[in-house]
Amino acid sequence: MAEEVKLFGSWASPYTSRVKVVLKLKGIEYENVEEDLSNKSPLLLKYNPIHKKVPVFLHHGKPIAESLIIIEYIDETWKHNPILPIDPYDRAMARFWAKFIDEKIQPAVWKTLLAGENEREAAIEEAHQLLKTLERELNGKKFFGGESLGFLDVAGNVVVWLEVSQEALGMNLLDKEKFPILHEWCQRVLDDDAFKQVMPPKEKLLAFTRARFEAFLGPK
Amino acid sequence: MADDIILLDFWPSMFGMRVKIALAEKDLKYEYREEDLRNKSPLLLEMNPVHKKIPVLIHHGKPICESQIIVEYIDEVWKDKSPLLPSDPYERAQARFWADYVDKKIFELGRKIWTTKGEDQEAAKKELIGCLKILEGELGEKPFFSGENFGFVDVSLVTFSCWFYAYERFGNFSIEAECPKLIAWTKRCMQKESVSSSLADPFKICGFVVLLRKKFGIE
Repeated sequence: MAEEVKLFGSWASPYTSRVKVVLKLKGIEYENVEEDLSNKSPLLLKYNPIHKKVPVFLHHGKPIAESLIIIEYIDETWKHNPILPIDPYDRAMARFWAKFIDEKIQPAVWKTLLAGENEREAAIEEAHQLLKTLERELNGKKFFGGESLGFLDVAGNVVVWLEVSQEALGMNLLDKEKFPILHEWCQRVLDDDAFKQVMPPKEKLLAFTRARFEAFLGPK
Repeated sequence: MADDIILLDFWPSMFGMRVKIALAEKDLKYEYREEDLRNKSPLLLEMNPVHKKIPVLIHHGKPICESQIIVEYIDEVWKDKSPLLPSDPYERAQARFWADYVDKKIFELGRKIWTTKGEDQEAAKKELIGCLKILEGELGEKPFFSGENFGFVDVSLVTFSCWFYAYERFGNFSIEAECPKLIAWTKRCMQKESVSSSLADPFKICGFVVLLRKKFGIE
């Protein structure tokens, strides 16, 4: 029942979006609680006192934090349309690459945004190498999960969001000529029914990204 | 060998120790290969081209990297003996959350303690004790993090305990004074053969840190 399942999140958070995509893929009804991240609710702080972040998933009143941990919980609790592979080795690979995205690609992308003029080229080169490494993992498949979206495609949404929002940041990090395979994968993901329903409208995302970036850098 | 397992490791690594504990818990025979991190073997570079780090578990010739991922893999493949993750999905999520918390905090803070001085070191000490207290609170009165049985979170954290002596020596503080229940838990874990046979000697770790500090030019 919808009232047993709640998701505390933000429309602008790709991590929240990951969970929403999985809930959509599994057809699970839930109550969406939109958080204002500049003014976090007492409930959010109660349910995630350690990190105080979104998303937080609530099931039968019990909270779970961290998007990838939430997804594994959802996959184990609602076993239809599995998101993670069945084979333990394939599961380990999916987890490895999801971690690579969160711990290597994301920080590298941020570095290119924040780098001073002297370091920018090196930062871009590093991000490019990491994206190339990820691209190779597609290895001729339609999605990382094979014929349909899997765990790594969901975790890879941050790459998709980068593709969509990078123009707002005046950058072309995920250049479709440098990364034709990754670019095509992004298009297939954006075209997926579940993903489409959950992705924020492009203009809204661009405006938000622009504003957030300018706020972060401060007035020039 | 029956199970065809190779572990590429480096003896002081608390991450490698996690894998050793998991393999011991499952009673598995494996080939242990010590890596010289200043001169990494072709096998390591071939099996972990992305990070070029240890530990790497090679099972039937296929590599698995990243210690928590390796431990989960071991738990899933050899699921009939000494399960490390609970069977309930919510308890599993909690175990993964706390193991992830250990990964996000403890290594970096510990490293700051033996590589910095003055205000930076004081801040790192304070933050490390804060995190250990949170973990101590999570343990509560239970014998192990998931309850009666030794499990995933215990594996993730206990391997740092052989580094505590080095942290205390260079940070000039006592972890036991601040977190007595956590130290009691480490002793409880050490009563298990899988743990005591996998953790390095704290004095040897300290000696290793002395060498590293010299190498990095830290006074």
